[in-house]
Amino acid sequence: MTAVGVVLFPGSNCEHDVAEALGALGAEARIVWHGENQLGDVDAVVLPGGFAHGDYLRPGAIARFSPIMSALSEFAAAGGPVVGICNGFQVLTEAGLLPGALQKNRGLRFLCTTVTVRVETIQSSLTIAAKSGTLLRLPINHFEGNFTCDAGTLAELRADDRVVLRYVENPNGSVDAIAGVCSAERNVVGLMPHPERASDPLVGSEDGRVLLRSLLQSAGMRAVTVGS
Amino acid sequence: MLVEVRLRPDVADPQGATIERALPALGFAAVEGVRVGKAIRFTVDAPDEASARSDVEELCRRFLTNPVIEDVEITVS
Repeated sequence: MTAVGVVLFPGSNCEHDVAEALGALGAEARIVWHGENQLGDVDAVVLPGGFAHGDYLRPGAIARFSPIMSALSEFAAAGGPVVGICNGFQVLTEAGLLPGALQKNRGLRFLCTTVTVRVETIQSSLTIAAKSGTLLRLPINHFEGNFTCDAGTLAELRADDRVVLRYVENPNGSVDAIAGVCSAERNVVGLMPHPERASDPLVGSEDGRVLLRSLLQSAGMRAVTVGS
Repeated sequence: MLVEVRLRPDVADPQGATIERALPALGFAAVEGVRVGKAIRFTVDAPDEASARSDVEELCRRFLTNPVIEDVEITVS
């Protein structure tokens, strides 16, 4: 069974939603406390949403120094699939595992709504099972989701096809309507929308399942590679 | 030490823009270029000012600022 580590920081609040959604897809989700030094024997890692360390100073600024982050960096460097959702995305940018930064939303509103995003590339650990161009209805829930980067970084992201998801209607002022990006090696992905909250018809949408299935598929491929 | 963290000039500042838009209604029509940042004050135990400054520059680079969107002014007082 595919095992996914879900990192719990003080102030995370989506870890059980992520674990539930992954469990419904047949994976074993293991909550990993941020104070641990080891991830354990997992095939993928999710940094869930919330307000790690109260978002003090900047979202993700303190979380990036949590003890678990060294193990996470090593896991990512070894090609392990890592996904940061919302606050998890902010942590990954602060940690330098993803480019850019998440600024306050244009308009200074906390956004809690459902948006449509387009899958821009299937070459990432979060979209490998999706079809390019697919439109997904996913919830967003953030104050600091305005993706910002310098012109050089943006050109690089576009040239290397590293924009994973784009908003159809830009809700927060993100540069180039970017909702999600991946690392150069394509195994680390960050996104502001919450796929785990769109994983069952009961909660209004199951459009997020294809993203979580992609993560599990990437994790399974890695398990085979590492195991052989 | 006084560390002033500011958004880099090329980064949009929605807080500053919102404050600036509110000012004419309060009678401050001549105020422009509002930018919002944060100030962090603390003391450093160091042998001299140069080494204190160099420690704080490193602290700012690694932690107190996000160099992607922010820059900093350090004042020793």
